[in-house]
Amino acid sequence: MKKYWWKILCILILFYVVIVGFMGPVPHQPILNESIRNTYFHVALWMSMTIMLFTSMIFAFKYLRSGSLDHDDKASEFAKGGLFFGILGCLTGSVWANYTWGDPWPNDPKLNGAAVGMLMYLAYMLLRSSFEDEQRKARISSVYNILAFAVFIPLIYILPRLTDSLHPGNGGNPAFSSYDMNNEMRKVFYPAIIGWTLMGVWLIELRVRVKRINRYLRENIANTNTAVSAHQ
Amino acid sequence: MSEIKTLIWKEVTLEWRQKYALSGMLLYVVSTVFVCYLSFNLRRGQLTPIVWNTLFWIIILFTAVNAIAKSFSQERYGRLIYYYNLCSPQAIIVSKIIYNSLIMLLLAGIGFGFYAFVMGNPVQDVGLYLICILLSAIGFASVLTLVAGIASKAENNATLMAVLSFPIILPMLLMTIRLAKNAMDGLDWSVSVDEITTLLSIDLIVITLSYLLFPFLWRS
Repeated sequence: MKKYWWKILCILILFYVVIVGFMGPVPHQPILNESIRNTYFHVALWMSMTIMLFTSMIFAFKYLRSGSLDHDDKASEFAKGGLFFGILGCLTGSVWANYTWGDPWPNDPKLNGAAVGMLMYLAYMLLRSSFEDEQRKARISSVYNILAFAVFIPLIYILPRLTDSLHPGNGGNPAFSSYDMNNEMRKVFYPAIIGWTLMGVWLIELRVRVKRINRYLRENIANTNTAVSAHQ
Repeated sequence: MSEIKTLIWKEVTLEWRQKYALSGMLLYVVSTVFVCYLSFNLRRGQLTPIVWNTLFWIIILFTAVNAIAKSFSQERYGRLIYYYNLCSPQAIIVSKIIYNSLIMLLLAGIGFGFYAFVMGNPVQDVGLYLICILLSAIGFASVLTLVAGIASKAENNATLMAVLSFPIILPMLLMTIRLAKNAMDGLDWSVSVDEITTLLSIDLIVITLSYLLFPFLWRS
């Protein structure tokens, strides 16, 4: 119970988000209408993606300080998880944009920024795959990870505010007050962020464990092989 | 400080001894501009300002990637180890950034001159355009120096250099293009304050990160 309470919490929160998200009352905005419910999915996925990429950067930092490969595993898996959520966020956003703005990929600075951010993390994956040596791979890709996050934040959260964007809360407006999110919506929106983040952490945890087991197996098999050949 | 000065002087001497690298880059800019000029096959001043501006910055971007990609791979492995024994990593990265900024300033300046010469010059506020070139030279040089350091550690670093640097340099490029457009239209400087501060702060972030992260990079 001590170890898996948060998984139960995650399931409960996501059930709550999906059920109340579709059934609960929402304010009726002129163009948005019922599609405002996408806030619980699209916006919340983006938020939890940012949290995951931030965590990835923290682990990259930790790796550079400690040099333990465990931290690097976590950094790379958090980046992968962030990338996955980013793709989900793009898909939900583009379904929504198709009905609200009439175009699945309108020329909007935030969308383009998101695409470039995804490219950045794909480049990170490419960089990782181009090394053989694990320590070297970990060190160099950690450096790139930190650099990428430092550029990602201005790209997503600062530059679109300077220009006109179709997104609510852009073009000089402050972010959430113009969103017309009432308290009913907040009751679902904030749990949604937590729920999606927990689900992401769950996925990532599984992948990290698989990696750990693989590394352990590889090292032990290598050891027994050398022991056997020495014996012969 | 004197360490950095010596290192920059070393880079300059090295460049001067193997002149083909610098003259190669100069020829690269000039011939790219000329290829663009012939491809559009235009009489002077027929490009719309937006196309004129964007084309120039894309040429500068590719020049920068090509010029700076070699800043770590050009020297032999043994010599790098020798430098690393002599001086601190911070001094190495700062000197490389300063030197690459100077190179970029030279290339972009000459590129701009030649570009304006063959394609016509619609820029109304040349002073602001030159400031824009200065800021972008520093910014491009600082981002690309660190990325070149990263890419030089991996194999097939020519592809990697482009893939790693393009998304990272994009916010800077967009800001630069917008600032340059303001300069072309001859808008009042107060309109461009936003762009200048954003560019400066991105430059600052990247330079600080290079300074902090490079020591981890050189050890491998």
